[in-house]
Amino acid sequence: MSHDIAVEARDARKVYGQGIGAVTALGGVSLQIRKGEFFTLLGPSGCGKTTLLKLIAGFESPTTGHILLDGSDITFDPPNERPVNTVFQSYALFPHLSVADNIGFGLKMQGRPKAEVAATVTRMLALVRLDKMADRKPGQLSGGQQQRVALARALAPSPKVLLLDEPLSALDLQLRKEMQIELKRLQVETGITFIFVTHDQEEALTMSDRIGVMQSGHLLQVGDPRTIYTRPANRFVASFIGESNFLTGTLDGTALTLDAGPRMSVEAGQGAPTQGRVTAAIRPEQIRITSATLGDGIPAKVTQTVYFGTDTHCRVVLKDGTEITVRLQSPASGDVGLHPGSEVTLKFEPGALIVLPEAA
Amino acid sequence: MVDRTFAIARLPGFATIAVTVFVLLYLPIAMLVVFSFNAGDSVAIWEGFSFRWYPEAWSNEAVKAATWRSLQIATAASIIATTVATMAALGTTRRRQTKGQSFVYLMINQPLMVPEIVTAVALLIFFSTIKVATGYQGLGYLIIAHAAFCTPFAYLPIRARLESMDLSLETASADLYASRWQTFRYITLPLVMPGAIAGLMLAFVTSLDDVVITLFVKSAGQDTLPTYMLAQIRRSVSAEVNAISTLLLLLTVVLLTAFFLLTRKRT
Amino acid sequence: MTADPKARAEVRRGWLLSAPALVLLAVGATGPLLIMLVYSFLEPGQYGNVEWVLSFKAWFNVIMNRDIFDGTLTFADAHLSIFWRSAKLALLTTFFAFITGFPTAWFIATRSPGMRTALLFLITIPFWTNLLIRTFAINQIIRNEGFLNTFLLWTGIIKEPIVMLYTDFAVFIGMTYVYLPLMVLPLFATIDRFDMRLLQAGYDLYASRWQLLRYVIVPVVKPGIISGSILVFIPALGAYVTPRILGGGRNMMIGNFIELQFGQGRNWPLGAALSVVLLVIVSVALIVYTRFATSGGNKHHG
Repeated sequence: MSHDIAVEARDARKVYGQGIGAVTALGGVSLQIRKGEFFTLLGPSGCGKTTLLKLIAGFESPTTGHILLDGSDITFDPPNERPVNTVFQSYALFPHLSVADNIGFGLKMQGRPKAEVAATVTRMLALVRLDKMADRKPGQLSGGQQQRVALARALAPSPKVLLLDEPLSALDLQLRKEMQIELKRLQVETGITFIFVTHDQEEALTMSDRIGVMQSGHLLQVGDPRTIYTRPANRFVASFIGESNFLTGTLDGTALTLDAGPRMSVEAGQGAPTQGRVTAAIRPEQIRITSATLGDGIPAKVTQTVYFGTDTHCRVVLKDGTEITVRLQSPASGDVGLHPGSEVTLKFEPGALIVLPEAA
Repeated sequence: MVDRTFAIARLPGFATIAVTVFVLLYLPIAMLVVFSFNAGDSVAIWEGFSFRWYPEAWSNEAVKAATWRSLQIATAASIIATTVATMAALGTTRRRQTKGQSFVYLMINQPLMVPEIVTAVALLIFFSTIKVATGYQGLGYLIIAHAAFCTPFAYLPIRARLESMDLSLETASADLYASRWQTFRYITLPLVMPGAIAGLMLAFVTSLDDVVITLFVKSAGQDTLPTYMLAQIRRSVSAEVNAISTLLLLLTVVLLTAFFLLTRKRT
Repeated sequence: MTADPKARAEVRRGWLLSAPALVLLAVGATGPLLIMLVYSFLEPGQYGNVEWVLSFKAWFNVIMNRDIFDGTLTFADAHLSIFWRSAKLALLTTFFAFITGFPTAWFIATRSPGMRTALLFLITIPFWTNLLIRTFAINQIIRNEGFLNTFLLWTGIIKEPIVMLYTDFAVFIGMTYVYLPLMVLPLFATIDRFDMRLLQAGYDLYASRWQLLRYVIVPVVKPGIISGSILVFIPALGAYVTPRILGGGRNMMIGNFIELQFGQGRNWPLGAALSVVLLVIVSVALIVYTRFATSGGNKHHG
């Protein structure tokens, strides 16, 4: 057993209900989260990420499988006996207690001496920059301040792992950006393992050390943000994190013949086939457009251009009918010079094309 | 009078009817209060201002005894009702809906659904048998009967309070190392308290106002204030009853205002 | 239900917590109802109470009379007219409470928030005020030497006091007065949830105010109308205090008639049977209401 693993899930399954009405929320997930890591569980709603979080927190028990904390089995330990704390989506601040009492609640319940509780509360208030708010009630705070109190409350008992259940979803965009930086700072300063649940791919990419992408109760891919983005393991990951275009073709070793044009060499994808019909993914910003219709590249016809400010999205159709989005940086004039009907050629680096494991 | 902002929701004649309703709703009560200060016997002809009916009512031993009895019953019944209602509300709210839960709900609300006269008759039959069998004639019967029909009134605000309470608060408490008992003591109970106090006040008012069930359950010489008043009204009309009514009204309004402020100030 | 031990423990805790309330209500409300049902099948005792002899006489007597001398059967006219008066007065009360309560509830719901809270409080106070006091207040207004007659005599509009007390009219007025808040409160609750933008849509589509009322407002607030009507109808049908104070001895309603059986009538089984009849009528009304309310609710959810 490795010593740097904070939390481990071993084939954790969670089924709600019985018989015909049974719903599998989590279908046998195995996962290791390292100590001091900012780990994000990313996926659409209903993918099982919150269920996995609840199993770690102890609010639910897995139907089968195990949860380990620092190598010891905590599968059936009640939540109040686990050194794991949660920042709730709704914050769940106790409305009848002051900010200070909220933050000190966990320590008080653990029976720590009053002086220690007071000292920790003061320290936590400073950490989340709410020194002047100690005597306020949660109802008198703004959304961002409540968020900080929730964080301080969960951090105060110095848990081994901090669980964050979509804590930023209730904040507006501006505040969310600030809190992302704040969260990252707190994680670095405290060195506590953070497990962060979100459906926001941008949030996941910017904050995490590693990301686990989930769908329909299964863990699809675990990796650092760069790997997840540049080497998605399958079609779902490719389209859920960032945008992707999908091209079909016939593969023979490293030589791929696209249905819509030329033959090119590609890198073998992880777990991808080496022969036969395949699907390959390419990011919209990896494609260049030249107005020349000659030379190597994929011939295409522009159908629509949409101006997004910094970018201009250009929809093109290939000769086999495949529709593709190309993201171009808008020039100073704002006009990319492409119009519906323009004949163009698409070009990209061979490494930009990723062969996916699913058959075409 | 009509607020222009809501012109779109204005319906012809509605405002007139509504204002008339409010006036007619308060006019009889206002007259009753006014004539409790009448110097004369009449409840229709004003003969000058006087406080005489208040001391007169209070010097009446029967009124004193009935008041004391009413307060005793209402206090005991509302405390019992609030206690059992709080427990039941904790046992029935904020968890997965089960058949047993709707049974409990039905049982607790049963006094609201059965006409009071029917409950009164049923209690008369039941308690008269017990009175004969045990020989006990005390206030216990009235307290049990009152506690029973006050329970739904206590239950409703407590349940409402619990349902508006964020479930994740208790989860958060458990997450922060609180045991079941600690969670109840430090989180659930303080948050339920306003609802329980509101329920207590509603139960108290309900018990204090009851006529029909009391009339059938009471043993001889156990008049409460309302049953005493009912007997007085039958006999003759004297402004003494107006004075008692005014005091009861005052008590109700004070308790209701407190209830109102308590349930409105939600954090 | 579930095999989950946590869930089972939770259910058990729920029952334990509810147990004291259940015991209290079994002793103080529900249990006695069952005993009452048993009593309706017994013989009346000579000085009240019952003889423990099985008998269907009480049930028979609810609607029929057997002549003491020749044994001929006749309908119990007196009973039937009391039933009829009760139903008539209860329905009339419900209807009139609706006619006046609906505009009132609408008026409250369309005020500014502060005003609305105040008006709602004004409706709530009479609701919680002693029924006896409110009925007594009406008695003082309408009696022969009461405020209304004194006033009319003084103005010279009438020469003789109008006899209002101890008539069906008095009972009707009194019941409407005391039960009106029960109509206004549920109506307010539904109107409060009514989306006023529907009115804009209605006006936009050429509806007049009356057409809006008829085709938009009333259908949408129907659940409130039904619950308000049930809430008024049930206590009105079983009313005891109001008919006693305002109707006197002759204009009895079922409630007073039931009481009579336990007093001078000394026919407890008949009183019990009549109570069961009243209970059944009310239960049917409630069941119809729940069925109606739930099916209506489903329709709204699509």
